[in-house]
Amino acid sequence: MKAIHTVRGPVSVLNRNDVDTDQIIPKQFLKRVERTGFGEFLFYDWAKEPGWDLPPNPILATGRNFGSGSSREHAPWALEDYGFEAVIAPSFADIFYSNCTKIGLLPVVLAEDEVRAVMAAGEATVDLEAQRVSWEGGEASFEIDPETRRRLLEGLDDIGVTLQQVEAIDAYEADRERSGPVTTSLA
Amino acid sequence: MPKTLNGERPAGASPRSLFDKIWEAHEVAESLLYIDLHLVHEVTSPQAFESLRLAGRPVRRPDRTLATADHNVPTDGSTAAAQIRDQLSRVQVETLERNCREFGVPAHSIGSAHQGIVHVIGPELGVTQPGMTIVCGDSHTSTHGAFGALGFGIGTSEVEHVLATQTLQQRKPKAMRVRYEGELGYGVTAKDLILGTIGRIGVAGGVGHVIEYAGPAIEGLSMEGRMTVCNMTIEGGGRAGMIAPDDTTFEWVAGRDAAPDPLPLDDWRALRTDDGATFDTEVVIDAGELSPQVTWGTTPGMVTDVTAAVPEPRDEGEQRALAYMALVAGTPIQDIQVDRVFIGSCTNSRIGDLREAAEVVRGRRVASSVDAMVVPGSQQVKAQAEAEGLDEVFRAAGFDWRSAGCSMCLGMNPDIAAPGERVASTSNRNFEGRQGRGARSHLVSPKMAAAAAVEGRFVDIRGWE
Repeated sequence: MKAIHTVRGPVSVLNRNDVDTDQIIPKQFLKRVERTGFGEFLFYDWAKEPGWDLPPNPILATGRNFGSGSSREHAPWALEDYGFEAVIAPSFADIFYSNCTKIGLLPVVLAEDEVRAVMAAGEATVDLEAQRVSWEGGEASFEIDPETRRRLLEGLDDIGVTLQQVEAIDAYEADRERSGPVTTSLA
Repeated sequence: MPKTLNGERPAGASPRSLFDKIWEAHEVAESLLYIDLHLVHEVTSPQAFESLRLAGRPVRRPDRTLATADHNVPTDGSTAAAQIRDQLSRVQVETLERNCREFGVPAHSIGSAHQGIVHVIGPELGVTQPGMTIVCGDSHTSTHGAFGALGFGIGTSEVEHVLATQTLQQRKPKAMRVRYEGELGYGVTAKDLILGTIGRIGVAGGVGHVIEYAGPAIEGLSMEGRMTVCNMTIEGGGRAGMIAPDDTTFEWVAGRDAAPDPLPLDDWRALRTDDGATFDTEVVIDAGELSPQVTWGTTPGMVTDVTAAVPEPRDEGEQRALAYMALVAGTPIQDIQVDRVFIGSCTNSRIGDLREAAEVVRGRRVASSVDAMVVPGSQQVKAQAEAEGLDEVFRAAGFDWRSAGCSMCLGMNPDIAAPGERVASTSNRNFEGRQGRGARSHLVSPKMAAAAAVEGRFVDIRGWE
């Protein structure tokens, strides 16, 4: 994963609440077995609506509960492939938020009036190190889990980080009293 | 110190919730959670296996991993990936089969007698057990919480992480309890209970939380009903749904292929929320007040009683939803005519669901204007239903009796509703385009879907003859 420090630039606005991942990337595009090439299908059906205007800027500002529904990581893949580097919203669905942090697409939670101010300003800077978003006429701080922030700033490989604790995993497995399901016995 | 579910705790230790107990028993280190069971399907796993291959990493515990093909499989009775006509779907299923062979993961792909929707086969094979942590690259993994397990959906990067390490880096979510007072009325089902709950808490009401469902209305549900409730937790924004296991659970699990023998009942009976345990959020709902539910919009929270009318839109989102659904505020729900009926999905495709629907259609005919289908959740459910003659009941009524898969819940296979078609569906999502581009979905219980198939419109199952 590439490291993220600052995302700066124009803001694309999608002023809708409860945008689900079926809209972000419809099911017919989930049949690919690669991680790349989803950007051109982003908001595939909505993009056909008259007046649709969502240029591939570094920042997307949107409504509450963004990314609800299906756990498909194809949704953050599509947003990132399209060109977004940060998404600012009043709230995110849990799995979507987590998926974004795994691929280096920065999810930023701001208060609803602050998101509206970013939408109105049209340009913003997201500073992950300082946990601040600034725009012409305003700025706001945002919360992020310290460990997630560290991984994003350093661009760390999650699995590599966990495998540093492989002895703890070995010990846990050795200690366990319960025997688990043996899925291999079913074949 | 062994990590047991009811291990030694000092006298006076603070009371814990069911969720606390499972979480603490699975902490390998701070924020590193051990995963007991990892379910895998063809759509969200290929990129994870590919990354493992590139990094030269093996699957740590194939014996705690189970794969099936469900999202893409045609329901026409095909028995091998090679028979799948859609080239991309075929490649995806073949890729799963190849990956599982290469990494030693047991797979029940198309053609297996154990194939089916991942959240149907886990419980029915007995690999889903109380007290476990269970993940899958699928948001409806919350289903498994019906057994007193902690089950939640993850993305593909996390699928790869679990394959490689059998753990997940997770901050502990907040805890919510939804407690139901009273009993469900006649004709009101688990599906109505959860739809009514989502209507009350909203589609983001559970965000950041693991939700425990409790109360007599929950205790009175069958395992199928409990799975329906926990399944749709994600539709209320919740990370996982849980129900404390009891005799209903133990009887259901006993004797299944992968179930322990004897069952570790002392451990399992300890999987209860202690008196005095606290929750970050508590919700109380009167179950006795609930009627059969029908969604009218494009989120599962846009739902109302079958006796009600399409509501006045309160904001732009609801206006947009009504326009998409081609509905006018004030229209009685029972005046809404349907073109299609879909009985299936990980929400409502188990044998109990099919029995309920079959009871409604027995001796009746599907309206001539309606195209109706039943898609059993697994090959085992299909075989059981056929042994009971339910397939004949459905066929005689004019239903199309299909083979197992996710099917028209999301239309990744050829089972897709046409633009503008209105579907009464037992699935979990009425999002725009979910069942087909431009298709209009109404979520209902299996009984309500069956009655809608016969009448060609929604009816209140409670007073319907």
